[in-house]
Amino acid sequence: MPIWLQNLLVLAGCAAAVWLLWATLFTERSRRATARLRRDRVGLACAAVVGVFLLAGLSDCLLINARTSMLDAAFRNVPLEQGYSAPMSRVTFDERAPKPLKGFHLLGTDLLGKDVLLQTLKGCKTALIIGGLTTLLYLPVGALLGILGGYFRGWVDDVVQYLYSTLASIPGILLLVAVMMLLGKGLDRMAVALSLTAWIGLCRLVRGETFRQAARPYVDAARALGQSHPRIILFHILPNVMHLVVINAILGFSGLVLTETILSYLGVGAPVGTASWGLMIDSARMELSREPAVWWPLTAATGALFLLVLSLNLLGDSLRRAFDPKAA
Amino acid sequence: MLNYLIRRLLYMVPILFGVMFLTFVLFNVVNTPLQMAYRIRGPKASQQDINNWLQNHGYLDEKGNAIPTFLNVAVKRTPEFPWVRVKIGERPFDSLYFRSMKRFATFDLGTSFATDEPVSAMLKRGAIPSLCITLPAFVVGLFLAVGTSLLLVFVRDSLIDRWGTVLCVAGMSIPITVYVIFGQWMAANLFHYFPAFGFNLEGLTTLRFIALPVTIMILSGVGADVRMYRAIFLEEVRADYIRTAQAKGASHARVLLVHMLKNGAISLITLVVAALPFLIMGTLVLESFFGIPGLGNLMTNAITTSDFGVIQADVYLGSLLYLFGLLLTDLCYAAADPRIRLQ
Repeated sequence: MPIWLQNLLVLAGCAAAVWLLWATLFTERSRRATARLRRDRVGLACAAVVGVFLLAGLSDCLLINARTSMLDAAFRNVPLEQGYSAPMSRVTFDERAPKPLKGFHLLGTDLLGKDVLLQTLKGCKTALIIGGLTTLLYLPVGALLGILGGYFRGWVDDVVQYLYSTLASIPGILLLVAVMMLLGKGLDRMAVALSLTAWIGLCRLVRGETFRQAARPYVDAARALGQSHPRIILFHILPNVMHLVVINAILGFSGLVLTETILSYLGVGAPVGTASWGLMIDSARMELSREPAVWWPLTAATGALFLLVLSLNLLGDSLRRAFDPKAA
Repeated sequence: MLNYLIRRLLYMVPILFGVMFLTFVLFNVVNTPLQMAYRIRGPKASQQDINNWLQNHGYLDEKGNAIPTFLNVAVKRTPEFPWVRVKIGERPFDSLYFRSMKRFATFDLGTSFATDEPVSAMLKRGAIPSLCITLPAFVVGLFLAVGTSLLLVFVRDSLIDRWGTVLCVAGMSIPITVYVIFGQWMAANLFHYFPAFGFNLEGLTTLRFIALPVTIMILSGVGADVRMYRAIFLEEVRADYIRTAQAKGASHARVLLVHMLKNGAISLITLVVAALPFLIMGTLVLESFFGIPGLGNLMTNAITTSDFGVIQADVYLGSLLYLFGLLLTDLCYAAADPRIRLQ
């Protein structure tokens, strides 16, 4: 695939996500929620932090040529060193014979001499790919099945309920590990495995809300006007449950990032060599037991992950509060 | 009550069949027995070696022929007869699928692919160490979470409540691996009393071994629990009966600890009881980090050695425990809430 096409696809995906967010959150029917959201300073700050992370991830997705992304280009003056070096240090991390470094590293370098700051920023891309791909896979399935079950009831609902209760009865992490073992390592496979269980929560939520919406007079009115079922579902019910979908996706994203660290620890996560926070944390087990301890890769990865997950969680909470002030 | 119980049990039968089907498909169709054999015996294993392995693990019959996956039927399409012709072999239901269903239904968990030991024996060995960690963590964590969430609800909409909730979210946002790495590092460098690794089951020394993992398990889980329980209690606090009780002059503490806690406990039960059976499964990350020979560790080892026998059994056991927890929840729910009709 040519580079420009890849970049175009990435940009198109981002544009679609932004449009979806915009079309959901800033419509006529959510004016009050938007007004509440504008007053929520914590929520806005979190949205800004998430935005920064997404931009960092995006800059690593956009390629300049086959090997370098925009992020690499920004770090082209940061040279590769020989092994560990402490943050802002001028020499390598070696007690007996420290060698002078070729460049300045704000957060130090790792075992292979790579800049930790760059690796941490590259972790954004991995998180973005896992979160984005998984969301892309499970969101339509969960939302559609939930709406179908809640709208048609009867045997359709029975089938939907049966599907998700069967999948839910296999403990999530076990199913995940089993599927990852069978499929093998890789970010795309991880997305498939994660989306296998991720849709259940969304489906339950949407199904419950659709029950409530389907009983409201506007649905009867639409039907009395002779509108078809698909039309009612797409143009009347879906916009009214969409905020739940968006909130669930945001909260789900944070869960996916956390799950990645567990999978990476178990050795069925991201392939070795990927710049992922999970792998960085996993390698910290060895690094901390060195004497003196190498603490900066762990700190950088944990800090970035913590900031992203915390912001996502708080943002999700803010959105939930804004759309449903009663259930704070 | 018996009527109710039977109905709940019957409701679970199709789900159990679904789980069995899914497990079978995962381990027999997505990953074929031949692939598994090569993963266990190595990619350079000889044909004879692979065949032996397959035969020993019940994928080939006595004569060395492959056992059909689902049904012993051959489907033939010929140009003269465009419709499907089905040729039923002898014993049509003698297939891998029905054999594994039979094993699942009789709770035969099979053997480990790595050591050929029966999985049930391995599970029995690992259950006690796992419970040593999860049970104390569960009990202490429950009291801690309920207490904290009551406190937050008591001072609701204040600064303490707001920042307390943020603190809970912060606690949830740290991956468990980081908790473990940090805790282990502290144990190794700051206070030398608690061992950072290992386990034994000899009275009081066990306490020293489990102190750190239990603390970490509580710390890593308490944030999410507090938040959830707080949401439950907040829902109750807005109910009419609370206002009535306050209007009648009951003290704040009494309203909170007697009136609300009782009603909130009904929702609490659904969350707590469902988690009970899982205690026996142990914890995946903690046990392998601390070298506790529990079920979580068993699973982690199975992952690193590609021991599909153990993984398959663990997945099935986990689903059984989940369904059991669902049943327990229903029963406790019915017992606690008189509005739930049993018939």
